[in-house]
Amino acid sequence: MSFILIFEQILNGLQLGMMLFLMSAGLTLIFGVMGLINLAHGVLYMIGAFACALISALTGSFWLGLIASILVAALIGAMIEVSVIRRLYLRDHLDQVLATYALILIFSEATRWLFGSFALYLDVPDILSHSINLFGVLDYSRYRLFIIGVGCVVAIGLYLLIAKTRLGMRIRAGATDREMIAALGVDIRTLYTLVFALGAGLAGLAGALLGALQSVEVGMGDSVLILAFVVIVIGGIGSIKGAFVGALLVGLVDTMGRFLLPYALELVLPAESAATIGASVSSIAIYILMAIVLVLKPKGLVPANA
Amino acid sequence: MLNLNKEQLTNLFIISTIIAFYALALFLNEPFYITLLTKVVILALAGVGLNLALGLGGLVSLGHAAFFGIGGYTAGILASHSLNQEIMFQWLGSDISGTTNMLIIWPLAMLFSGLVALFIGYFSLRTKGVYFIMLTLAFAQMIYYFAIAWPAYGGEDGLSIYVRNQFLALNTLAPETFFLICFSLLIIVLVIVSRIEHSRFGAALQGARQNEQRVAALGIRPFGIQLSVFVLSAMITAIAGALFADLNRFVSPAMFSWHTSGEIMIFVILGGVGRLLGPVVGAALFILFEYYLGGLSEHWGLFLGLVLLSVVLFARGGIIGLIAGTRKYD
Amino acid sequence: MTECVLKIQRLNKKFGELNATDNLSLELHQGEIHALIGPNGAGKSTLIKQICGELDSDSGSIEFLGSEINTLDVAARAALGLGRTYQVSSLLMQYSALRNVMLAVQSTQGSSYHFFKAVAKDRQLRAQALTYLQAVGLEKRADISAAELAHGERRQLEIAIVLALKPKAFLLDEPMAGMGTQGSLALTKFLDNLRHQAPILLVEHDMDAVFSLADRISVMVYGKIIATGSVEQIRQNPQVREAYLGEL
Repeated sequence: MSFILIFEQILNGLQLGMMLFLMSAGLTLIFGVMGLINLAHGVLYMIGAFACALISALTGSFWLGLIASILVAALIGAMIEVSVIRRLYLRDHLDQVLATYALILIFSEATRWLFGSFALYLDVPDILSHSINLFGVLDYSRYRLFIIGVGCVVAIGLYLLIAKTRLGMRIRAGATDREMIAALGVDIRTLYTLVFALGAGLAGLAGALLGALQSVEVGMGDSVLILAFVVIVIGGIGSIKGAFVGALLVGLVDTMGRFLLPYALELVLPAESAATIGASVSSIAIYILMAIVLVLKPKGLVPANA
Repeated sequence: MLNLNKEQLTNLFIISTIIAFYALALFLNEPFYITLLTKVVILALAGVGLNLALGLGGLVSLGHAAFFGIGGYTAGILASHSLNQEIMFQWLGSDISGTTNMLIIWPLAMLFSGLVALFIGYFSLRTKGVYFIMLTLAFAQMIYYFAIAWPAYGGEDGLSIYVRNQFLALNTLAPETFFLICFSLLIIVLVIVSRIEHSRFGAALQGARQNEQRVAALGIRPFGIQLSVFVLSAMITAIAGALFADLNRFVSPAMFSWHTSGEIMIFVILGGVGRLLGPVVGAALFILFEYYLGGLSEHWGLFLGLVLLSVVLFARGGIIGLIAGTRKYD
Repeated sequence: MTECVLKIQRLNKKFGELNATDNLSLELHQGEIHALIGPNGAGKSTLIKQICGELDSDSGSIEFLGSEINTLDVAARAALGLGRTYQVSSLLMQYSALRNVMLAVQSTQGSSYHFFKAVAKDRQLRAQALTYLQAVGLEKRADISAAELAHGERRQLEIAIVLALKPKAFLLDEPMAGMGTQGSLALTKFLDNLRHQAPILLVEHDMDAVFSLADRISVMVYGKIIATGSVEQIRQNPQVREAYLGEL
């Protein structure tokens, strides 16, 4: 186990974290501003991946596919918001969970109907497909670095949006007091649709980016969705900073856990068991992390209203 | 006949319909339909468990599959050890090698699920709202990944049970007998749940669902009430899991997955959350969709989703709500 | 010396920089109606929350019937005999008025961990609950759900519930809020008699009621008690007049 290997895993953890940030930023905004638990976020991730795969195949350009993923996910997000989601704002959490779960069923099955059960082909664009030499010690995938880069850009962009623009101000105000901003004449309905679409677009982007690394298939959003919820609970619901911190933390813990745990287990178990048990136990690691955070800091690590 | 309100009449009708279908299937000698009916009854039982915590208690547990799976694996592991004549452990000098006796398996399933529910509930019930939902989900996920990792019992592939467990001296492999066992259990549980609902405990529980602050101000601590109902509800769902293991003679980690939690919740909502026979109607509807719509199109999940969405948006009281109106609190 | 039922000493609660409760001391004696008045934002609700256990104090002590209750939770304090009503009615909305009171009666009859006997058929429970509804004049609306009751009726129900608890001290948080003149008069008469059952700490804005009912008045401004005394003393107190700017 060398330092280079650890460095590589840390980068992987950052990459996973950035991708989770894209997912959870939207999720935490939607919960913070609209008070809505949105289980449908996972299918928006999937829709982004499918859109990217489709457009890339049609046009031959990954970049166009990437743009498409954001736009299509945002558009479908807006459509869902107007037709279904906006009826849920005043409902209790149970209704929100059930309705958005229903959306998962509907969109998953609809996608399967349109595209079949097999994975779609989406590959990393040529200029990113090779590795780059970092600091003379590690050959690391350019594409993964690209993802980390995109994550940073989005983080900065979101920060500027929320902190420096009028829209951001309305979002912040809306997160603090919904009734008040309505009384002040801010067009709530449009604001909410915009926030939802923004979150959806980010989810779609995440889906497209990861789809090239893994595979584009129905159900790809399921595990990511739960991870994203874990992230926002750890980070602090409603807080984008929290989503950033939580996402990086979860990404690192998960990646380093998967990497280190088999080594640790090998000390006490036979090699084969250590591998399978290690993989499974490390999946549990982030849930344990979440449970600990909830017990110690119930409002998350970086709460929205500090 | 006593004065029966609309809901009680509806409930009687539902039970009678199930018995009628059973009799019909028996008469026409169609064991497949009896097995299907058994599946409805078992899934309904799982839903009745969840409904106790969710409908009566207002606790949105998104991790109830954990208890379903614990019940299933209790049955599976004990049976597997017994059939393979493997020793599980030593107890007071004698070798314990599992059991295939349902009457031992069910209490054990209740015990294990109860203990796990006590643990999960103790920590989760300290939180509210979305945090509670997330914690119950997280714990269930932990158990799910744990089950996948545990190679001794099949891991991801699951565990097959070669025979059906025993119940007294009856031939449990016969579908018509197994149905009667499951159906009797369902009726017994329904009676118990009904008593609980109308008892002092039920009053305190439903009070806490409506307004925790008010109940505390009366001197009743909501935490204890909620933890108790969470444990009870887990035990009921666990028995359903044990029966499910026997029905399929197979258990797998999928029993622990959040999709299973979602499905159980769907039965409860479709039938009518908080209504005594809601899960029965919901499970029946779900199986109807699965087998009949599923026969027509493999995309039946889409229609299930649409129906679920419609129920949540427009018919919040579910099927029983549509038939018998809103819940009446004597 | 009349017995001290509730004794608050040097209580403090800060929200950020705001002293919501500032070194506050207050006593409630047996047999008295002790009114707590003060402008909006004085911190009266925060004080009530701390007494009941809904909010933790930063420092200071609260003694009830001679023993410290700082570490007890809401339910424990209620079980000891602290009965409170809420400024904004806190009811079980889906239950009928009768069921609301029945639950209160149930809580005084030992543990709620009884799983098999039906509550609705419990005649003794129903009868008792009905007497409390009668006491506040709500018996005709016994089977109406709390959600369907008028605002004033909900305030009456709050009183009925706290009566059913048979508390050793009443904490009433603006019971007259939103009640019309007739309702307020009836409630004033009612509270007048209630003091003999248990002492009342009454937070109120309705000055007519306060002056006719109170044995003692404490005036609270910015988290501090600036004066405590009889009705006449408070009326004459220059600080109080200044704080209220002619309201008295």
